Amino acid sequence: MLELIVAIFILFSLIIYALLGGADFGGGMWNLLAFGPRARQQRDAIAEAIAPIWEANHVWLILIIVLLFTGFPPAFAAMMTALNIPMTAMLLGIVLRGSMFIFRQYDVKEGAVRRRWNTIFGVASFLTPFSQGLTLGALTTGQIRVEQGRILTGFFAGWLTPFSMACGVFALGLFAFLAATYLTLDTREKPELQNDFRLRALWSGLALAPIAWVVFETSKEGAPYMYHGLTRWWEPVLLVWTSVCAITALAALWWRRFGVARVAAIGQVTLILVGWSLAQYPNLITPDVTVHNAAAPERTLRLLVMALGFGALLLLPSLAYLFHLFKSQESR
Amino acid sequence: MAMSLGFHIIFAALGVGMPLLMAIAEGLFLRTKNPVYLELCRRWAKGTAILFAVGAVSGTVLSFELGLLWPKFMADAGAIIGMPFSLEGFAFFTEAIFLGVFLYGWNRVPPLVHWFSGAMVAVSGMASAVFVVTANAWMNAPAGFQFAGGQFWDIDPMAAMLNRASFHEVPHMVLAAIIATSFMVAAVHAFFRLREPESAFHRAALGIALAVAGVSLPLQFISGDASARAAATLQPAKLAAMEAHFRTETQAPLLIGGVPDEQTMTTRDALSIPAGLSFLVAHDTKAKVAGLEEFPRNQWPNVRIVHWSFDIMVGSAMAMLAVLAWIAVLRMKNRRPLDNRSALRALVAAGPLGFVALESGWVVTEVGRQPWIIYGVMRTEEAVTPMHGLIVPFTVFSIVYIFLGIIVTFLLRQQFLEPHA
Repeated sequence: MLELIVAIFILFSLIIYALLGGADFGGGMWNLLAFGPRARQQRDAIAEAIAPIWEANHVWLILIIVLLFTGFPPAFAAMMTALNIPMTAMLLGIVLRGSMFIFRQYDVKEGAVRRRWNTIFGVASFLTPFSQGLTLGALTTGQIRVEQGRILTGFFAGWLTPFSMACGVFALGLFAFLAATYLTLDTREKPELQNDFRLRALWSGLALAPIAWVVFETSKEGAPYMYHGLTRWWEPVLLVWTSVCAITALAALWWRRFGVARVAAIGQVTLILVGWSLAQYPNLITPDVTVHNAAAPERTLRLLVMALGFGALLLLPSLAYLFHLFKSQESR
Repeated sequence: MAMSLGFHIIFAALGVGMPLLMAIAEGLFLRTKNPVYLELCRRWAKGTAILFAVGAVSGTVLSFELGLLWPKFMADAGAIIGMPFSLEGFAFFTEAIFLGVFLYGWNRVPPLVHWFSGAMVAVSGMASAVFVVTANAWMNAPAGFQFAGGQFWDIDPMAAMLNRASFHEVPHMVLAAIIATSFMVAAVHAFFRLREPESAFHRAALGIALAVAGVSLPLQFISGDASARAAATLQPAKLAAMEAHFRTETQAPLLIGGVPDEQTMTTRDALSIPAGLSFLVAHDTKAKVAGLEEFPRNQWPNVRIVHWSFDIMVGSAMAMLAVLAWIAVLRMKNRRPLDNRSALRALVAAGPLGFVALESGWVVTEVGRQPWIIYGVMRTEEAVTPMHGLIVPFTVFSIVYIFLGIIVTFLLRQQFLEPHA
């Protein structure tokens, strides 16, 4: 029971991380892809939107990691061993992205050097979410086998499959869509810029459909447990709601109802992750490591749940205050 | 991992020290309404933003590396010492949130709220350090579990957090971070004051940095004494290596410097203070101090590295104390130390010493614990990942860190060269 509470909190953190941190990555992608007469304004709008909140958004990932190694230590050890290579790639992306962003913010001089920070920041914004999608995909393939804490399948199993690659690309598309949708609200005072981001959101949102289809098709072979999970009775219900959200988001973008689009996009991402985790349940690393057999002793879990409760009491109001300050234009 | 840690520890220490200085500067501004303090706070805040970002990403790398490099350690120890890491996660979260408010909220929140967020950054930065160091202390003085048949039983994370090494390691590390930061800051401002002796800005900065250093450095000697005495009971092999003390004896001499030789079990060319070690360890010149000979050879840490690092740490601390004492004397004689060019030069020279002491102290505690990763329970080689070719990520991250270090220095320099009030 306790392990489920911790697992749900991890899923919750994962969703928030995707919604906030993911959008920051998407911002980085659009930064690299900025083109047209307003490329510079686009970059500035992105930087302004991300600057006050990206560190707080990034901490969700750290929270996921520490919860994982406190609550499910053997699962953490196995993931880090089997997926050592993509995890290292992701870390490299995180280090470069974070530091390059701050460098481009604080470098006083304009010019070539600053553009270089910008480029590295953009490239790292692609590398990181791709590795993250890849990693999550690899955990569900069923190709990583673990016996008594030992990895039987080496360091290349799971993540080099078409299915995992498709998951990586899907993460890229999803975050790009999310970021462009949020940015339409951040740029509400500049209609031209807003329209730039509106078009980007529409295109990336449309591109998600074929990518999602590829993920589904490759899962038949690439992640049979997942595919089986996806075809349980409640999945179509979730799938329908996900599609409703996706279509609502696109329609709202088309008719310039940006507030609605944001809510729908948030719903879409949340449902995708909830659906994915339900199809995966109770596995952490399919099929050998589960929420139950990898859980830490009860005493640790009980303390952890208590810490989570107190932590949330302290954290959520502060976080709400931060976003209220920087994201609600109505208040000023 | 060691390299990542060595890199991260600098930024983490600055992350503990800088917000404290910032909050003091803003507090002084709110009390005195002297705009110099506000300017100072803003300038420091920019530097902190850069350092914090690098600290945050290098900290992320560490949390992953625990698993990427030491999966066996984490699989067994995660349930026991994951707790402080989780709490650290929350502390870090608080820090990031309030830093966001602090850095970008100058015009959005009332002054007192702004100061409060700065103080929150300082407090949560310190809390992070406390939690992380308890985890490290646990590796030195494992507690909160039973170990039998290669398995950990009866796990109690609270007991693990409150292990016996925490009580001396935590204050030692927090003080070290504050001292290292304040000396570095003092050095930077002393350097610029030498160039522009009229500037009230650098004078104010030096005042704050030296006051903080003046309070924390003497405390550090008390804490260091407690640490050494705790090590004597908890990890006698480490203490013996720190002091290059091979033979068990009463009235043990204190050896400073010299070349320890593990084969002949002697230390050549050291400065020897009769009965000094006995006095330090037990506050009694006749006390018996266990030497390395009490322990099997395969449980010795590398004596030379530990002994030399220890001497470097203590030496740096002594040098910093000397500089501070000199400035205090000048001040008492009303000789205006902040206008004295030699005193300012000495401060510039002493700038890196805090970090030298920090890094070498860290080498003492880590290398001194070898060959154990969990003292007396798990050896380091048992815990390492089966992954091959670790040299590749190691090289890549080394290059990245060196690169980042250069850019950070460059950017900070740029911040300081900007004209100020």
